[in-house]
Amino acid sequence: MTNWTADQPIVRLRDVHKSYGQVEVLRGISMDVMKGEVICIIGPSGSGKSTLIRCINALNDIQAGSIQVEGQEVHDPRLDKLALRRKVGMVFQQYNLFPHKTALQNVMMAPVKVLKEKPAEVETRARALLKKVRLEGKENHYPGELSGGQQQRVAIARSLAMRPDVMLFDEVTAALDPETVKEVLVTIKDLAAEGMTCILVTHEMGFAREVADHIYFTDRGVIVEHGPPAEFFTQAKDARTRDFLDQVL
Amino acid sequence: MAYKTPVPTAKGALPVLLPFAPRGPAYDAFFATRWLAAIPAGWIVALAALFPAMVLAQAGAAAAIETPLEKLLRWMPFLFTQGFLFNVLISVLAMAIGTAVGAFAGLALISRARLLRAVARVYVTFFRNVPWLVLLFIVLLAFPFQIKVFGMTIPLPGWIKTVIGLAIPVSANIAEVVRGAVQSVPTAQWEAAESLGFTRRQTIWQIILPQCFKRMLPPWMNWYAILTMSTPLCSLLGVGEIISLTRQAMEAEGNRPELLIPFYGFALLLFLAYCYPIARLTLRLERRFAVKN
Repeated sequence: MTNWTADQPIVRLRDVHKSYGQVEVLRGISMDVMKGEVICIIGPSGSGKSTLIRCINALNDIQAGSIQVEGQEVHDPRLDKLALRRKVGMVFQQYNLFPHKTALQNVMMAPVKVLKEKPAEVETRARALLKKVRLEGKENHYPGELSGGQQQRVAIARSLAMRPDVMLFDEVTAALDPETVKEVLVTIKDLAAEGMTCILVTHEMGFAREVADHIYFTDRGVIVEHGPPAEFFTQAKDARTRDFLDQVL
Repeated sequence: MAYKTPVPTAKGALPVLLPFAPRGPAYDAFFATRWLAAIPAGWIVALAALFPAMVLAQAGAAAAIETPLEKLLRWMPFLFTQGFLFNVLISVLAMAIGTAVGAFAGLALISRARLLRAVARVYVTFFRNVPWLVLLFIVLLAFPFQIKVFGMTIPLPGWIKTVIGLAIPVSANIAEVVRGAVQSVPTAQWEAAESLGFTRRQTIWQIILPQCFKRMLPPWMNWYAILTMSTPLCSLLGVGEIISLTRQAMEAEGNRPELLIPFYGFALLLFLAYCYPIARLTLRLERRFAVKN
């Protein structure tokens, strides 16, 4: 159907516009993400970062522009949403685990119920994923019995169980205690090191600087400036970027 | 009492606007249960223990051939097995039908199909507000004595009609319970499910409903207690439940006024003994689930 190849951007945004009623949240966003890249989106609150990332897996619709994932237009009404969601995993700020299921069941649920895979195979994979996010031994714990950081790592494993090509992280450490932030960031860093394409909305500047291949700074619905972290953090050209960096660094 | 506004007396305390609290008891969905459960258990035991004494007091010391209490004792097994257990049967059947219909009506209330939602809204609003007795009369008079299905004639006795008549308002109220419980689940759960590729139907049945089952249980039991206490309405339609039978028993015993308290008191005690534990359990469950999640 599409003739997308791995040398083209895996996620491609062109002039994306999105508004809630009268309020324009995104005012022409363009962005290219190559396979295996780690992208961090930073910016003041209310600048449309979360909205942007939610548009990429069609949780929010857009009014104008184009978003393509592996060459597939996301906001095409004929889109096979399941196909998109297999490709794009998402992790939320508030973890959003299913409270009536154990950690293992949370990870297994989507592959078994949505993809109709064999439970035995999925369980092997789910256990391996929980081990990968360093939660061995917590398989039978309910979300309510886990700390915020542990819940967030289960959420990452749950998303990975669908074997996505792109992972979206929406301020995943914003609700965590400072001491548990690190364990989640380490997990994301491991993923990035394995070559997973990651798009992160984050306030962790140190982390962004360390893992990102490319940093985008958004303000009031537009991308003000972007570049590799070394350049971005030291030689910001725009006054708004410099103001923001002065405040957070 | 609870309604009095406490005035801050500490030095330097800042005046604050207290949240608005309407006077009087809370008339939410739990009013009947709360009222019933508020009765101390000891009172019910005492009532049951004092019951014979009250009967004797009303009868006076006059030496009758057979005291009202003895008359009641003779009728008790009949009133319980033929009367009260019939009430329980009516309530269980009406609840079962009401729950099944109410579950679907509740899901229809949150359907994405606008027409279905509107139809469900009209059904629920109408039958939640129509007096139960009026509804019972309508069902009794509007439904035929028998229905013909594939040449078979199925009789539709009065008590089946009262089951239907009671199930309708219950279903409307259960629909609201289901809708409220589903909407009390954070929207983030829907988003998480959506991002994992679950369809809307899968999300409702596998993720949302299992989470709100616990929340639905207390109001569901609340409605069951209300329904059970409403089953004597059927006596007005000539169904042989406990109140009808009690009246007939008193007539058989010569309609003497001193029979009123023992016979109706017995029926009251049976309802109290059946509904009181349900009410207590409901409130306990409600309190437990209100804190969690």
